[in-house]
Amino acid sequence: MVAIAVAVMRDLFAIVMLFGIYSLLTAGIFVSLDAVDVAFTEAAVGAGISTILILSTLALTSREEKKSTHSRFLPLLVVLVTGATLVYGTLDMPAFSDPQAPVHQHVAPRYLDQAQQETGVPNIVTAVLASYRSYDTMGEVTVIFTAGIAVMLLLSAFRHREDEAGNLNDLSHHPVLKYVARLMIPFILLFALYVQFHGDYGPGGGFQAGVIFAAGFILYGLVVGIDKTRSMFSDSVLRWLMASGLLLYIGVGVVTLLLGGEFLNYNVLAADQVKGQHWGIFLVELGVGITVTATMIAMFLAFSEVRRPE
Amino acid sequence: MSTFIDLYNYWIFIFLMMIGFYIVIAQGNLVKKIIGLNIFQTAVFLLYISMGKVKGGTAPIIVAGDASYSNPLPHVLILTAIVVGVATTALAMALIIRIRKAYGTIEEQDIHEQDASL
Repeated sequence: MVAIAVAVMRDLFAIVMLFGIYSLLTAGIFVSLDAVDVAFTEAAVGAGISTILILSTLALTSREEKKSTHSRFLPLLVVLVTGATLVYGTLDMPAFSDPQAPVHQHVAPRYLDQAQQETGVPNIVTAVLASYRSYDTMGEVTVIFTAGIAVMLLLSAFRHREDEAGNLNDLSHHPVLKYVARLMIPFILLFALYVQFHGDYGPGGGFQAGVIFAAGFILYGLVVGIDKTRSMFSDSVLRWLMASGLLLYIGVGVVTLLLGGEFLNYNVLAADQVKGQHWGIFLVELGVGITVTATMIAMFLAFSEVRRPE
Repeated sequence: MSTFIDLYNYWIFIFLMMIGFYIVIAQGNLVKKIIGLNIFQTAVFLLYISMGKVKGGTAPIIVAGDASYSNPLPHVLILTAIVVGVATTALAMALIIRIRKAYGTIEEQDIHEQDASL
């Protein structure tokens, strides 16, 4: 229902707020569908970071949307036809939450049966993410890294000069907000560390910890001032962190190669196979966490430092 | 009726996906198009996660004793997809800011008009 409101409304600011609520609701649905790790990520990313990024864009462009002069019939027709085709396609799909569905017959039972013995990690999502499908995860970290670099390049040309006062994302003139947020930030960062290092045993891991960590620093930037955050993370520090996380990931792969295993086969990292797996997963998740944190902070700073349109 | 109860999850996601699709093709504002794309994306996420659900199952974190777990594989795929999604959204937003600097507008039609008048 919220999604319909997004489609109908014209005030972009309200749309972004609704979109944040929509993300939070989605996270709730993920929890009820047993996907706790995913819900974690969606709540931190959808309701937190992407809302801030879209708001920053609105502040730099325009808040009101123009009335569209497109004809509404053609798009509506296309959408209805596509939807009807998809509904027709679902008639062959297995029933919802059917344990006999084909998706539960392939590799999933093996992961559930063997993963804990093979990797020593009870959270199967973490085990699959960092060990069985570590090639995929490496690719995804690379995508995030590349997107971060691209955002920095695109926006760096419009960076406002030091002497220009007045930052659009600055909330530091609200005293209550400032003090409450200052109390909360240490706990957010502590929670992020917990999520990072406890991801083997409970829901959590590098991606979630990275976005929560970044959210803590973004909150700091919003209430205390962008300049203060920038003085902690200069561009070169952020670039270095972004690259070092990815390099740590690839480095683990290279070390396993040198030790005589396949690329990213953690069994060779220690004499005991399970211990090796545990070390590999730990290091790789750490790499993911560093890259995600640095990229999110870099994107936020790049957006907040763009000069306001005249 | 039993078809509806068995398949309602897919139909909800198709509905959401079509809302997102409609926003992308019918609206002229670039920021709104990206939000539509994001709704489309979450519909796909929900489709994957709901396929992983097993009746009576619980979150795939192994506990002592017998328990049935939901399928962890879709969770892994979607977990990374969400973070990649926000990275690409940020890239799109950066491009929109550049477009606004170059054209002075973020409405698709105005941009086409300016292109045509060159």
